[in-house]
Amino acid sequence: MVSVRWKSVSATVAVAVAALGMTACSNSSDDTNEITVYNAQHESLTKEWVDAFTKQTGIKVTLRQGGDTALGNQLVAEGAASPADVFLTENSPAMALVENAGLFADVDKQTLDQVPAQFRPSTGKWTGIAARSTVFVYNKNKIAADQLPASLLDLAQPQWKDRWGAGVSGADFQAIVAGLLALKGEDTTRAWLKGMKENATAFPNNVATMKAVNSGRPDGGVIYHYYWYRDQANTKESSADTALHYFKNQDPGAFVSVSGGGVLKSSKKQESAQKFLAFITAEAGQEILRDGNSMEYPVASAVAANPALPPLADLQAPSVDPSKLDAKKVTALMTEAGLL
Amino acid sequence: MAVRTAVVSSRVGRPGPLVTTVAVLLVAATFVPLGYIVSTIFSTGLDQAADLVFRPRVGELLRNTAGLVVLTVPICVVLGVGLAWVVERTAVPGAAWWGPVFAAPLAVPAFVNSYGWVSAFPTMHGLSAGVVISTMSYFPLVYLPAAATLRRLDPSVEESARALGSGPVAVFLRIVLPQLRLAILGGGLLISLHLLAEYGAFVMVRFDTFTTAIFEQYQSSFAGPAGSMLAGVLVLCCLVLLAGEAAARGSARYARIGSGAPRAATRVRLGLGAIPVLVALTAVTAGALGVPLWTIVRWLRSGGAKVWDLGEIGQALGQTVALAAMAALITTLCAFPVAWIAVRSTSTFARIVEGANYITSSLPGIVIALAMVTVTIRWAPPLYQTVTMVVAAYVLMFLPRALVSVRAGLAQVPIGLEEVSRSLGQSGVATFLRVTLRLTAPAAASAGALVFVAVATELTATLLLAPSGTRTLAMRFWSLSGELDYAAAAPYALIMIVAAVPVTYLLFTQSRKAAGV
Repeated sequence: MVSVRWKSVSATVAVAVAALGMTACSNSSDDTNEITVYNAQHESLTKEWVDAFTKQTGIKVTLRQGGDTALGNQLVAEGAASPADVFLTENSPAMALVENAGLFADVDKQTLDQVPAQFRPSTGKWTGIAARSTVFVYNKNKIAADQLPASLLDLAQPQWKDRWGAGVSGADFQAIVAGLLALKGEDTTRAWLKGMKENATAFPNNVATMKAVNSGRPDGGVIYHYYWYRDQANTKESSADTALHYFKNQDPGAFVSVSGGGVLKSSKKQESAQKFLAFITAEAGQEILRDGNSMEYPVASAVAANPALPPLADLQAPSVDPSKLDAKKVTALMTEAGLL
Repeated sequence: MAVRTAVVSSRVGRPGPLVTTVAVLLVAATFVPLGYIVSTIFSTGLDQAADLVFRPRVGELLRNTAGLVVLTVPICVVLGVGLAWVVERTAVPGAAWWGPVFAAPLAVPAFVNSYGWVSAFPTMHGLSAGVVISTMSYFPLVYLPAAATLRRLDPSVEESARALGSGPVAVFLRIVLPQLRLAILGGGLLISLHLLAEYGAFVMVRFDTFTTAIFEQYQSSFAGPAGSMLAGVLVLCCLVLLAGEAAARGSARYARIGSGAPRAATRVRLGLGAIPVLVALTAVTAGALGVPLWTIVRWLRSGGAKVWDLGEIGQALGQTVALAAMAALITTLCAFPVAWIAVRSTSTFARIVEGANYITSSLPGIVIALAMVTVTIRWAPPLYQTVTMVVAAYVLMFLPRALVSVRAGLAQVPIGLEEVSRSLGQSGVATFLRVTLRLTAPAAASAGALVFVAVATELTATLLLAPSGTRTLAMRFWSLSGELDYAAAAPYALIMIVAAVPVTYLLFTQSRKAAGV
């Protein structure tokens, strides 16, 4: 997966030296056999998709790795000049951001037909490709089952001071806040974030949060389900002393986040880009979610989840339109609360 | 004849149009990051900008960052000067061996050091962790110049003081320490700027500074106003440090008058005191080198053969070497005109050219990268996400490192030789290639090497600016260690350290040469 631009590096050295680094490098060619994907999904999962896709179609894929919101905002800033053909995220808010900027092309009908309506926006400007559930991971030695919070909102209460953590700067946690905002409104969210600033420890991401909870500092954390299942399936090194608590009851803490995929309107390789999206939502792509080690939920082509996971239908997730999740507002509210 | 010489020498001394053009372009590029921040403040609107600056989170970051600098710099100074004195002035066993050992931590990138410490002590976090890790990473920046100065000091002044009845402590405080002032201030400034710019090391121990917060803002909103305002405050901090150092340096001179080399000082016998001293030296070595190396070896052993994904490692290594080599070459070339002007001219222009580059290099990579992303998207889309742009950022960030070496080399070229070459009918270019460049080649090589290592371990600017598909060693290490897959990250850590070893050795030998030893 060496990009075309990298192959020309040695040639560029000479050119760049001659012009003291002020010369432009070759831009990506218009070759439809190579697409650029702005990838905010886990690199390992997307790589599995890409390898299978390239094997099937011969279309090469270059990945630009980044976080959901960073890449989403980047696409908005790039506008029509974006070098990206496809955008994949872990969550929905960044997809909504790009959709609202009018940058997505319509997703092929055949692709949309593969994905049930609850896992994609009604506009058809992008589609769900996978899903992940919010959970409360807790240290079994620190919290008894009957002391668990009934709702995500409880974690802002004083009795939870210094007892929980989350990957504050990551898109995962910000998507959960976006769910809260969509379900309970701005005032509740603002108050909850203020309580969180008082109570919670900030970690760089979900894995770090889970590992810390496993060591008992803090007692619990808000993460997504699959980090725990993945660790359990492997060495249990970061989760042996922990258990998962599902909030259920349509609580904001039972939020199921839809990972998104969309094709950029500005892409000159519409056909290849649409093919890629069709591939990952087709059976072969979704089976990678079931059989691989990502432990995320498949959402399309009626592929069942990995048998280790509780069925998605049993999680009693609140119903949120994924295109209504507002990343910008969330960042602003978290900045206001002093979390960012 | 005398008249002719005067004419030629004025031609040799004056920068030509090419030199001036390059220097002007560099100065202009230098102001891009600052200009970007100032323009964002205005485009955000002063009210909103004020809201984003005067909020509790900024106070929190300011306390953290200031606390870090206030604690770490004095500790590094005490440690660096103490070690230098022990190694250079006492009869400690293995003195020749300790010298390179205390330069070696420079080969360990701070975020690799952090990874070592966090692996060994998983609960380490916050200010104390930040201070420990940055002390262990950066004390050689004081140690090296302090050791070099101690070697150069004329012991006769100290001997006179002793003869006049001063005890050893008084001699150290009143005679030696004042002469170390430049080394301490210079090293302290370098350390402070590193502390302001460091990202990976502090994220790993969950310690929030301006740089980590700017990166978080970038992750949440790309180039949003909140990130730019934090960058503005960070730039102010850098300028305060630069001004503080300049003021503290003052105008006192410590040069020795007269020619000749100083004698070597008589080494202090430690007697039984050698035991605690040796224990202390070993402890510092264990902290700065032992912990990261032991961690890497431990993870390599537990990861076994499967962490050596040669395809990925090879690709990362190839890209890293390509970027670092390009940046080293171009930066060193750019350093020549600037150094030329700095050495051969005393004009105001010369001072602006030099000063501008130091200001930019004091800005953290994340600020420079943020500015360049925004500027290229808006005004130079063909340059966006190209190798050219990321290399341009490296040039801005690391030019001063090359400049220090090249300027020292250029200053030692006798202008007379150039004059002779010109008077024999050689063109300016030929003179430069055959005389100047040949004489400055060693200095240029060390400049290039310094930049090479800096780029090979650079993280934030590469993340933001590099073409899609770029995965350097530092990027891979960062993403693997971020997922706490420490075993898979270990090979990348090892390769980065190994790549930096030759340059660290070079720095060590250069610092001795500079002392005339």
